[in-house]
Amino acid sequence: MSTTIEAPRSPYARAPRKRGVNWEKWGWIYMRVSGVVLVVLIFGHLFVNLWLGEGVSALNFAFVAGKLTNPFWMVWDVLMLWLALIHGGNGMRTLVNDYATQPLTRGILKWAIFASVAVLIILGTLVVFTFDPCPAGAPADLLPSFCSAL
Amino acid sequence: MPQQTAGTPTYQQKTTSRRPAGTLYRGREGMWSWVLHRITGVAIFFFLLVHILDTALVRVSPEAYNAVIGQYQTPIMGLGETALVAAIVFHAFNGLRIILIDFWNAKYQKVMFYVVIGLWVVTMLAFVPRHLTNVFNH
Repeated sequence: MSTTIEAPRSPYARAPRKRGVNWEKWGWIYMRVSGVVLVVLIFGHLFVNLWLGEGVSALNFAFVAGKLTNPFWMVWDVLMLWLALIHGGNGMRTLVNDYATQPLTRGILKWAIFASVAVLIILGTLVVFTFDPCPAGAPADLLPSFCSAL
Repeated sequence: MPQQTAGTPTYQQKTTSRRPAGTLYRGREGMWSWVLHRITGVAIFFFLLVHILDTALVRVSPEAYNAVIGQYQTPIMGLGETALVAAIVFHAFNGLRIILIDFWNAKYQKVMFYVVIGLWVVTMLAFVPRHLTNVFNH
């Protein structure tokens, strides 16, 4: 089998696309725009959860309940959820395009990426907006202090 | 791929995977920043999947959430969180470097790689001692 290798820098043989949305361009723009926002959101998330106070050893249900009843942190976390999962899913898609050569493998992997991103976005969004900081029957010492005032 | 054997020697024969030619990119700062960006990106993606599932346990019960977050507070996971933050901080600063290469000036890509390493070291110096103190003193 002989392989013909084109001269370097020869122009694309493919005709330029004429119509439709250039999704690859918007994906490229999305990675940069969401990346800048995610630097702020994730550095803030790490600063508050891992650096302030006693860091990781202070995390528990009451800590999360305090954050997820505050509209500021609800918006922060939901933004982080959507931006990071789509950014990560699109990045994984790039790797599949680069390294998976069989059409079936590519199809399965991209479908799996899409499914996990979609499921986790829905799950995470539902958790933030249906969260109950004071579930009935839970031991009071595990709940945030404001639950005892109810 | 079969080796090309016939004909006069061409650059395709002289250039092998062991001896690249005609590239200033391979093996230099540009390549290693790209490799690290991919590796850290994949690692962060898989952590993100797990992290959303464990946080979703707040919707199950306080006991379930505290049981899992208790695992994050063990020494081994504390070291894992150090590696995770190291990956995130590199990916963040190198991502900003990529944006500057795209929209500002590509000829500073090499010096910006060393700026990324420098900022990574400074950030990790601010994080690691404090984090490990929190992990190992509780």
